[in-house]
Amino acid sequence: MNTAGYMRRFGVTGRGLVVVLPYLWLLLFFVVPFVIVLKISFSDIDLAIPPYKPLLEWVGKNSLAIKLDFNNYAFLFTDRLYINAFLNSIKVAFISTVLCILIGYPMAYGIARAKPATRNLLLLLVILPFWTSLLLRVYAWIGLLKANGVINNVLIWLGVIQDPLTMLYTPFAMYIGIVYSYLPFFILPLYANLEKMDWQLLEAAEDLGCKPWQAFYKITLPLSRNGMLAGSMLVFIPAVGEFVIPALLGGPNALMIGRVLWDEFFSNRAWPVASAVAILLLILLVPFMMWYQSVQARESAGAR
Amino acid sequence: MNYKSSYFILTCLGFGFAFLYIPILSMVVFSFNASKLVTVWDAAHSPTLKWYYSLLNNEEILDAAWISLKVAVINASGSVILGTLAGFGLARFSQFRGRFTLNAMTTAPLVMPEVITGLSLLLLFVALEQLIGWPAGRGITTMTIGHMTFSMAYVTVIVNSRLATFDTALEEAAMDLGARPLKVFFVITLPIIFPAILSGWLLAFTLSWDDLVISSFTSGPGSSTLPMVVFSKVRLGVSPEINVLATITITVVTLMIVGVSLWMSRMAKLDKAAV
Repeated sequence: MNTAGYMRRFGVTGRGLVVVLPYLWLLLFFVVPFVIVLKISFSDIDLAIPPYKPLLEWVGKNSLAIKLDFNNYAFLFTDRLYINAFLNSIKVAFISTVLCILIGYPMAYGIARAKPATRNLLLLLVILPFWTSLLLRVYAWIGLLKANGVINNVLIWLGVIQDPLTMLYTPFAMYIGIVYSYLPFFILPLYANLEKMDWQLLEAAEDLGCKPWQAFYKITLPLSRNGMLAGSMLVFIPAVGEFVIPALLGGPNALMIGRVLWDEFFSNRAWPVASAVAILLLILLVPFMMWYQSVQARESAGAR
Repeated sequence: MNYKSSYFILTCLGFGFAFLYIPILSMVVFSFNASKLVTVWDAAHSPTLKWYYSLLNNEEILDAAWISLKVAVINASGSVILGTLAGFGLARFSQFRGRFTLNAMTTAPLVMPEVITGLSLLLLFVALEQLIGWPAGRGITTMTIGHMTFSMAYVTVIVNSRLATFDTALEEAAMDLGARPLKVFFVITLPIIFPAILSGWLLAFTLSWDDLVISSFTSGPGSSTLPMVVFSKVRLGVSPEINVLATITITVVTLMIVGVSLWMSRMAKLDKAAV
């Protein structure tokens, strides 16, 4: 028997060797950490480094005590701050997703129906901001929206308004920031879907007497459902936990759960509370992630 | 082509691209502004390059950029190896133990809010340090591990979708002619997916270069990356130097993207010519 044969006897195959490295990496650095977060979310806060008490403790000689502290979770459900932050994050993410659909759908459609040369250029123009630092692009809006910023200056110069509008550090600014940052994430999967569309279906429908909007509603929209769902998930899920945009554009009252987690961790050093927030956020988002994965699976099955 | 709603679509495209590009252009324009007030154009002394000089002499920003560069290069190279293996496995092996898990583990980081990934990685590093003494403290190593964990997911998707559009005929032919799997991979598969690997490397580099949240959780004292420095400056208000930094970033990214896409379309033409 040659070496390959020996290896196979012990369950080691070429295939196994290919995937074992990324598999173990993700297991150790992506899955195991969640177990630790779960563990620490049940720990007591402690004034030490690291700032939590161990879950397992030797009491006496031969007995190991497990102490699960549910107070971190109880705390999250009794303090209105956390519930409000969760609800507000879902609201903000949902509205932003709807706005991305309204702005992004016509754009993806227009790009998909353009001539091939124009199409590549337009696609490049969508991808370009996606490659440029998110932080810097969010920063750009501070300059545009602030009291003596570009938009106010232009409006005053045009005589539309007399006094500058308050736009920065409002929910409005936060929505602009989120929609602006996540728009390419919505357009790209939708475009990938629309690109494969058979446009002759539309011509056939119109020949048979369908009005253009009817044909769109009855043919294009249902056929692009998976692309639209995938794009929406790519906006909605990260937006729920967004930190940078509410921190820079939202002002001190912008209650977003990602920001609450950040403050609990960095300002209050309440690691167990931050962990409990992370676990609840994860429980909230996992169904959406599974939905996203099944949409993706359907989409790539349809492509082949 | 004939579609009647084109005026509506054209208007939407116009507004959409204006929305995407006005903020970017405003940063470029105001990077040449002499006034410290950033958004108030000082016509008498502008355009000027003075903020460019001041950025290039800003030690704090340069040090942070050097750290970011190191992390981004190591991250991109590591992610490409891990992501190519995972993408290849998912695309070419229809069944193996753990396929479902691997697929889920490479999809989830794409949408996972960064605060969760960052917090969980930090808690892992702290727990590991208590348990086995590694990693001793946090810094470039822990940041790079954090970045690789989500960057490799992007590389996996890119490599996987590139392989999905190529049928296995070429690889099977080589196998039939007696080439060993490893040789087939290096002689046939690797050249096919090379454009995907290149875009994967660039994307992984950019993701790492831009990352604020995961870096903040996993960095240690003295290892502030460029986004961390920018974030703390921006929190205090707008600064002309940040506009300069943005302009340089945009220029580099544009040149890179345009260059790569020109190169790829040339390669595609050569491919067609060869067939």
